[in-house]
Amino acid sequence: MKNKSSFFLIPYLMWLLLFVAMPIILLTVNAFTDTQGQISLTNLRAFLANGACLKMMVNSFWYALLITGLTLLVSYPLALVIANCRHQRLWLLLVILPTWINLLLKTYAFIGLLGQHGLVNQALQFFGVAPRQLLFTKAAFVVVAAYIEIPFMVLPIYDSLHALDKQIVAAARDLGANAWQTFWRVIWPLTLPGVRAGVQAVFIPSLSLFIITRLIGGNKVITLGTAIEEYFLTTMNWHMGSMIGVILIVIMVLVLLATSGKEQNR
Amino acid sequence: MKKLVGLIGSLLLLCGLLFAGVKSLTPRHAAGGSKTLVLYNWGAYLDPALIKKFERETGYQVVYETFDSNEAMLTKIRQGGTAYDLAVPSDYTIAKMRKEHLLQPLDKSKLSNWKYLDPACLNHRFDPGNRYSVPYFWGTLGIVYNDQKIKPGQLQTWNDLWQPRYHRQILLVDSARDIMGMALASEGKSMNSTSSVQLKLAEAKLVALSPNVKAIVGDEMRMYLEQGEAAIGVTWSGEAAQMMQNNRHLRYFVPAEGSNLWFDNLVIPKNARHRQAAYAFINFMLKPENAARNAAYIGYATPNWRAKQLLRQRHQLESQLYQVDWRHLTVYRNLRQRKLQEYNDLFLNFKMSSH
Repeated sequence: MKNKSSFFLIPYLMWLLLFVAMPIILLTVNAFTDTQGQISLTNLRAFLANGACLKMMVNSFWYALLITGLTLLVSYPLALVIANCRHQRLWLLLVILPTWINLLLKTYAFIGLLGQHGLVNQALQFFGVAPRQLLFTKAAFVVVAAYIEIPFMVLPIYDSLHALDKQIVAAARDLGANAWQTFWRVIWPLTLPGVRAGVQAVFIPSLSLFIITRLIGGNKVITLGTAIEEYFLTTMNWHMGSMIGVILIVIMVLVLLATSGKEQNR
Repeated sequence: MKKLVGLIGSLLLLCGLLFAGVKSLTPRHAAGGSKTLVLYNWGAYLDPALIKKFERETGYQVVYETFDSNEAMLTKIRQGGTAYDLAVPSDYTIAKMRKEHLLQPLDKSKLSNWKYLDPACLNHRFDPGNRYSVPYFWGTLGIVYNDQKIKPGQLQTWNDLWQPRYHRQILLVDSARDIMGMALASEGKSMNSTSSVQLKLAEAKLVALSPNVKAIVGDEMRMYLEQGEAAIGVTWSGEAAQMMQNNRHLRYFVPAEGSNLWFDNLVIPKNARHRQAAYAFINFMLKPENAARNAAYIGYATPNWRAKQLLRQRHQLESQLYQVDWRHLTVYRNLRQRKLQEYNDLFLNFKMSSH
């Protein structure tokens, strides 16, 4: 029996080896060799010595933080409302629906909305505000990125709200907690795992966004994703590009550890 | 368990059906078949009607594959996975490919229509004597502006772009070589400069431009300028031509300080399998009638002088593209990797410092 079950594992192990382990190994090998193929730390040194790269790293981190914060701010109340609604399935479907549309299409839609003659500006004009420059601003970038990430934040939060025992909430109210106290002392701590999962699902991809930085940010927001694209496609210095990739992975692992560590202490 | 097996079974069946569907929809072209031509070109860079015509006239089957950057194309040709019979690299990439021995020398005796090529487009430094490449389209780097927002004649040089009155009005093409080159040219320096001091100064000059820069974009620039999102764009003549076709208020010119001259040429890679077909296609495309048709469709400037005459007779000539002072134009040289990196790093710095 044991032999049989390990036999069925083979495809998965092969998959993991080929499509998870191998790319990471190749990336790391590439990162720690120079253009002559010698093993060296040149790329790491170049990265650390290059003020631009460090600035990009800080930038990526900062924008990912902003995007995650904004997403959470919108998603938690939304999830709360949905969890207390009559037609939960329908509302959830509506939240998920935009993920069925191609990312590029959604981004282009925003170009239409935010443009000089776009809908948003037309609406502003109706209120007597002169056309504003909306496209190619940092705020626009953060808003669009947050919009795209919202479903990935709503779902885990909704799940943990849904799993929450309604009787606990009722008990809290019964024992004299007001609505705010019930939320802050009972609901929020109990749904924290969902929030954490959501933050991970949003923060990590936000670190390396690059197509939105160009289309909505007008290349005025530069993140590590932009740098990787440039190193791979324009200068074709794959070693340096890989090094940035490795650094990004390390940051992601750190974020993952930082956001899931507390759970075990509890 | 039974349900699971059923599910997997039906999924596999579906995959099989889809695969069969794809197979039957793809035109059959046995990769080894001798009557095929595998063409590797930029996206939307050839009139599809001409492919049909070529297939009808010669009986070859054309397999058209596309790339979106010289670098992507070069990587694929280097790896040699697919044997392309013809590719369309730009000038500096041709120099690189020549150096890496990726190209076959041309036998011009097989190209009876060679005589229609404008001598000004031949014998450039990236391929002396055109041993390896045939000009396909050429163009320049210049400025597109909207004459509703900017009076014609008001903007004449690269340096004019730095004027405060163009605050937040300029779109730049996202290309390190071109934008750094623009800054170098505005200072009267060579666009192929390898002096680190000059490059650093060029970056500083770009940073001074950043209050005027609205965004640094790719192909989307066409849409923005056509819709009047911005008044000025720094881009390539071919892009400009396509914009001008859709918005008659747009005008294109090459600033007086000089600019870049580029060529996209047809080459036969070393591992090409169907050389006969490749020559037939080159000759077909050199035929004035076909070259004119292609230029009218794509909008870029043709290196074929006879085709240009035909275009003029038919009032299809976008004359703004051809009004250039050849003496002030420089073709990009293939720079060493380290220098190229320097260009890109400085350009990235500029992007980050713009607000």
